[in-house]
Amino acid sequence: MPSRGLGKYIVIRALLIIPMILILYTVVFFFLRILPGNPIMAVVGAKNIPPAELHHLEHLAGLDKPLWYQYFDYLGKVFTGNFGVTLASPSGVPVTNFIAQRFPATLELTLWAFFFSVLFGVITGAIAAKAKIKHKTGTDTSMRLYSIIVYTLFIPWFGMMLQYFFGVYLHWLPTSGRIAPGMNLHTITGLYVLDSLLTGNWPAFVSSLKHIILPAITLGIVLSGAYTRLVRNNMVDVLSLDFIRSYFARGVEERRVMWYALKNAFIPVVTLMGLQFAILLGGAVLTETTFSWPGMGTFLLDRISYRDYTSIQGTVIFIAIFIGVVSMIVDIIYALLDPRVKY
Amino acid sequence: MDDAVLEVKNLHVYYFTIAGTVKAVENVSFKIDKGDWVTFVGESGSGKSTVAHALVNLVPNPGKIVKGEVIFDGKNLLTMPPEELRKIRGKEISMIFQDPMTSLDPLRKIGDQITEVMTVHGVDKEEAQKRAKELLKSVNIPEDRLDYYPHQLSGGQRQRIIISMAMAFHSKLIIADEPTTALDVIVQDSIMDLIEELRKRGTSVFFITHDISLASERSSKIGIMYAGKLVEFGLVDQIIENPKHPYTAALFESTPDLWVDKTITSIPGYPPDLRDPPKGCRFHPRCHVFKERAELKGLCDAKEPIMKEVEPGHFVACHLYGD
Repeated sequence: MPSRGLGKYIVIRALLIIPMILILYTVVFFFLRILPGNPIMAVVGAKNIPPAELHHLEHLAGLDKPLWYQYFDYLGKVFTGNFGVTLASPSGVPVTNFIAQRFPATLELTLWAFFFSVLFGVITGAIAAKAKIKHKTGTDTSMRLYSIIVYTLFIPWFGMMLQYFFGVYLHWLPTSGRIAPGMNLHTITGLYVLDSLLTGNWPAFVSSLKHIILPAITLGIVLSGAYTRLVRNNMVDVLSLDFIRSYFARGVEERRVMWYALKNAFIPVVTLMGLQFAILLGGAVLTETTFSWPGMGTFLLDRISYRDYTSIQGTVIFIAIFIGVVSMIVDIIYALLDPRVKY
Repeated sequence: MDDAVLEVKNLHVYYFTIAGTVKAVENVSFKIDKGDWVTFVGESGSGKSTVAHALVNLVPNPGKIVKGEVIFDGKNLLTMPPEELRKIRGKEISMIFQDPMTSLDPLRKIGDQITEVMTVHGVDKEEAQKRAKELLKSVNIPEDRLDYYPHQLSGGQRQRIIISMAMAFHSKLIIADEPTTALDVIVQDSIMDLIEELRKRGTSVFFITHDISLASERSSKIGIMYAGKLVEFGLVDQIIENPKHPYTAALFESTPDLWVDKTITSIPGYPPDLRDPPKGCRFHPRCHVFKERAELKGLCDAKEPIMKEVEPGHFVACHLYGD
């Protein structure tokens, strides 16, 4: 049971996020400086601008300072919660404004995709495990094939296939955006489906739900393959354990025993969830661009083409903090689920 | 004849592995009477555990019961509908497995697991919780342990908890598959006492062990298994005082005895590969009688011995007796 040790554990985990951010920031910082071009050049482009003007612009952006100065200057700001201002157009806007505006969209997409990936993964994995135990090789093999095939799917291609089929061909679902244009929605959390529910806005609810299905399922299916394999293998292992046979020997119904087996098989899955969340955010970038989803991914891609150093650094650090917090939560859930885990 | 609790007829269990079909149990027949404590003794791989599992149709994969009947209460357990069998398991027939460390669900509290045995058989929840406390008390475990998880208890405590589950109903039969093997000697004894108590309450016991001295202590009948066959079956005194089968005799000779000064002789050779067991009597390649007596050639290594009653209640499958 989580106890006094848990509080200490949370503090340590939170502190461990700091070195992770430092490493990530360092990599991103220097990688950006290696890339050809800079924010000023990206904005002015091929226009003929006198060198003096160019230097002036660079000076305003602080790009004429030595690298180490730029490195520590931004780092110092981040620790006070200041993520800097954008350098490229529109310039001078606090990066946190964009994060506040874009993050809910990404969060909404990742949560739904996460839900679908676990749902599909657990269902297919459990089916495969049960088939394996009962020697139904066909079902088992097809579930395993599913896991490998979806794992190798390229998100933009798969997204476009779904867009074509459900959007263009069947006209069932919209293929881009978060909500029908012109629809009014009072936002509270920034998660449209939730907000429309909270405000009782029925048409907005239907519209936002319809918009999120395709991107979430695209990302969810691709990520479900890993769960399928893990749930299947774990369940097959668990089903051969003594306590499962003991349950049967005590006359416990098969349905219940399967549920207990699933619970036991689920523990490593929770670990995978924490790991998958980082991959999920990476996949979200691809999904967002495919479905013109106005989230962090599209923002990041847009900013990279502008070489907008501060925006990119800020966004990446923010995502890193987010992943750190999520994996911490997963570890706490792990402890609640498995009574043997102590911190 | 009429007070048989369980009758096994002609049981055959094979394991269908990739490497071949393992004939783990062949042609095993015996009877457990009311109040009996029947112990099966055998080496590892002799099929004794497989018999225990087959009695409640729980042979693990890839094993299959290919032939035979298990008659309980006039009905064949192996052919009855699963739901009917489920109602017997845990209520009429209880089972204790070898390894108490892995026989309990690690994620659920002891109390929940004990009460579940009763609720799945129709006892209402409150009543079950009340009885769970009494059950724990009867196996000498403080009732606050109901809120514990299995990993917080020792092996002996866990095995006692498993036995308490077997005590939830007045089962007609309890199957104990090496319940003491994973435990130390002192704890062993307390577990044996508990099973003894169950028997005094009228439950018949089917006990599996490889420890022949443990077998002789409390049993009323002993069965000796070798390479998937039941080679000898009879009352404890008959088996101990007057072992008929050369394997049984060799088994006793290979067991040290604190009270008797004797030389310990081991049985030469190894148990056979059950994918391709020896023809005739499965023990003949290791049997000293067979080696010493030339006239047995063409009999023991060719013809399978069948079970014969050599004295009332004492059965042997060996060519040395009869025909």
